[in-house]
Amino acid sequence: MEIAGTLRTAREMGLVACTSCTRVWPAGTDRCGRCGHRLHTRAPLALQRVWAWWLVGVIAYVPANLYPMLSTRTLVASQEATIVGGAIEIARHGNWGIALVILTASVAIPLGKFLAIAMLALGVRHGSALSGSRRQQLYQVVEYIGRWSMIDVFVVAILASLVQLGAVASVSPGPASLFFALSVIFTMLSAQSFDSRLIWDAEREGRRA
Amino acid sequence: MTPLDVPQPLPPAPQAIGPDLAALIACPRCDAVYRAVQPGPGERAVCARCNTVLIAPRRRAGQQLIAVAVAVVVLVVAATLAPFLAIEVAGRSNASSVLDAALAFAAAGPVAMLALAVAALIVFIPVLRALLVIYVLGPVVLDRPPAPHAAAAFRLSEELRPWSMAEIFVIGCAIALVKIADLAQVHFGPAFWMFAALVVLVVVQDGFMCRYSVWKSLER
Ligand SMILES: [Zn+2]
Ligand SMILES: [Zn+2]
Repeated sequence: MEIAGTLRTAREMGLVACTSCTRVWPAGTDRCGRCGHRLHTRAPLALQRVWAWWLVGVIAYVPANLYPMLSTRTLVASQEATIVGGAIEIARHGNWGIALVILTASVAIPLGKFLAIAMLALGVRHGSALSGSRRQQLYQVVEYIGRWSMIDVFVVAILASLVQLGAVASVSPGPASLFFALSVIFTMLSAQSFDSRLIWDAEREGRRA
Repeated sequence: MTPLDVPQPLPPAPQAIGPDLAALIACPRCDAVYRAVQPGPGERAVCARCNTVLIAPRRRAGQQLIAVAVAVVVLVVAATLAPFLAIEVAGRSNASSVLDAALAFAAAGPVAMLALAVAALIVFIPVLRALLVIYVLGPVVLDRPPAPHAAAAFRLSEELRPWSMAEIFVIGCAIALVKIADLAQVHFGPAFWMFAALVVLVVVQDGFMCRYSVWKSLER
């Protein structure tokens, strides 16, 4: 249901909105009187912060793939597996489904997140082929899916605590688990720093131009 | 009788800014301003521009949320100590609790700080959020004035929401299980089922929570 023409933003009305509790205040108010949240018409340096977290997220993702995620020691052999190496190993045993899940969760989703955040941030500056509501949906998907990448770190923790059978078999976490966790956390912070109101500002200005 | 869950568009804000800003509501995602109109219980008011749900009150939501929060605290504490997975290989067996899983990183030197992070994400933050909800909504449900610093407590609980990952941990258990299924015999322990129940509770909690209604009730 479109309410044409009359829809205005808090900024256009000379107000500042609280993103924490949705209350509006006269522009220039410092803190929300209802919830105590800091008020900003638009988060200051929002894009710089997005890019800073994004960059450390990408950087942490490199060693996450180079170092082993898990090292397994059994009676007959001992091996260390990286994320991709482990998935290939599982696929070789015929477990295609699991290999696909691992590759999706640890490779496709993180790379997709990096791409999506970069697209959203670039779209604010340079315009985007996608409509505002499409980009808003993309942002919500990134926010929702970001936490789920942590699943890999949890799997490593579970395996390492469970498979402690002395000489028979034991699993211990590799350094990649730390870098992977950091990469997930940094990417979540990057997505949280993004002020989605910027999507709609750019769209309005684009329409006027 | 209105059907459940039909989005009710809010009227846009009046042109002239009156002194009564408390009657307005701004979409936190796109900054559009509306005149706040309380929809009936079970109905939702959504942003006309970006479809974000702005108001979604429910009858007796306060009591239900407190009940869920108490259950979350009990479940997490119980599930932390009881074993959630047990493994058996060539006569040797090992059972692991959530605490063991978190501490798995502690033994491994350079990744020790991960132990703390994992424990926080799956135990401390979910419990803290539940306690904050009880603290904030308790007085509201009993028709008492809000507890001291209730607004700050509720804001903290909302900010912690993405960092509460108990439900992700449960799915992690299932994947870990499949990964070692051909290596060893694995059994679910009681804590696994407690955590599975927890997942349902977390989903229910987020579905019942109308942030606008909570903020309104803290305003008095
Ligand atoms: Zn506020
Ligand atoms: Zn909106």
